[in-house]
Amino acid sequence: MARREVQEINAGSMADIAFLLLIFFLVTTTMDTDTGLLRQLPPIPDPTMEQDDDQQIHQRNILVVKVNKDNMLLVEGEIIDISELRDVTKEFIINPNDAEDMPEKIEKNIPFFGMVRVAKQAVISLQNDYGTTYGVYLAVQNELIAARDEVRNNLAIQTWGKPYEELNEEQTAAVNEYYNAPISEAEPKKIGGE
Amino acid sequence: MSKFQRSTGKKGAQKINTASLPDIVFMLLFFFMTVTVMREVELKIQVTVPDATEGKKLEKKNLASFIYIGEPLPNLQATFGSEPKIQLNDAFKEVDDIQDFIAQERESLDEADQAKMLVSLKIDKNTKMQIVSDVKMALRRANALKIMYANIPVDEITSLD
Repeated sequence: MARREVQEINAGSMADIAFLLLIFFLVTTTMDTDTGLLRQLPPIPDPTMEQDDDQQIHQRNILVVKVNKDNMLLVEGEIIDISELRDVTKEFIINPNDAEDMPEKIEKNIPFFGMVRVAKQAVISLQNDYGTTYGVYLAVQNELIAARDEVRNNLAIQTWGKPYEELNEEQTAAVNEYYNAPISEAEPKKIGGE
Repeated sequence: MSKFQRSTGKKGAQKINTASLPDIVFMLLFFFMTVTVMREVELKIQVTVPDATEGKKLEKKNLASFIYIGEPLPNLQATFGSEPKIQLNDAFKEVDDIQDFIAQERESLDEADQAKMLVSLKIDKNTKMQIVSDVKMALRRANALKIMYANIPVDEITSLD
């Protein structure tokens, strides 16, 4: 019984085989996780429905950002550099001095905050030309989103002492209501395009 | 062989037991097997997505469909030209094909997930907006409203070129 053993399979090459497979997977692996700017497109307006009056937003409530075919930036009628865009947008969203040409503030009851004055109708409108380069367009979008996120983040830290991402659902909704400022992508216009 | 035996026979360095080496290698192997995502489509266009700081991670890759826009690869430019083109799955397509593509992609998802479908746009940064706008319009018509502009995550945008 002790003498006659079943011949063992030599497992010495097991490591080699496993290494071979390992190297194959190492080479084919792409670790990159996809990241991107999440956006929601507006649905196609129903042609049978009349445009309601909500569409008419007062001029002071809109931050008009235009990018032309030469990738130049026009914000509220002024040519600015993209590096200034974030601060301009932040000022627009907050409107700290209740300026006349900035969004109108209305008293509103928001959970956690109580009665506060918010710029309910503030909208950021992004218009581009057919000739605009996509990279610039996305950089502008990035700045706009960054400005809004920063403002919301500051509010979250002021109120709860933690960043916006760590808030629970109700808190997030409240902050979003406080600083709403949706970014609308207008249909592009062909102004002096190629 | 004899050399080894002699050294163990005396009080030389202890031999390291390599019996657990396959286990360790297998562990690594399984790790890489699970994280590996095989490239599903073969790109026929050059896409360098722009940099951005505010990108969010794509959490559920199986809910995403991809639309690629960019110039055809240099070796394909003789046949397809150098104008930016749209690639869906493995072939060049036109804007009008997007609606069918979206319908098909939506069909392939579970019914519960269909509302969560997301379209990731991988667009070369030097593309002009005209084709991008056309695609966006087609997506709106196809009622695929959740989109994502793919980007490379960076801490700061340094240049726009």
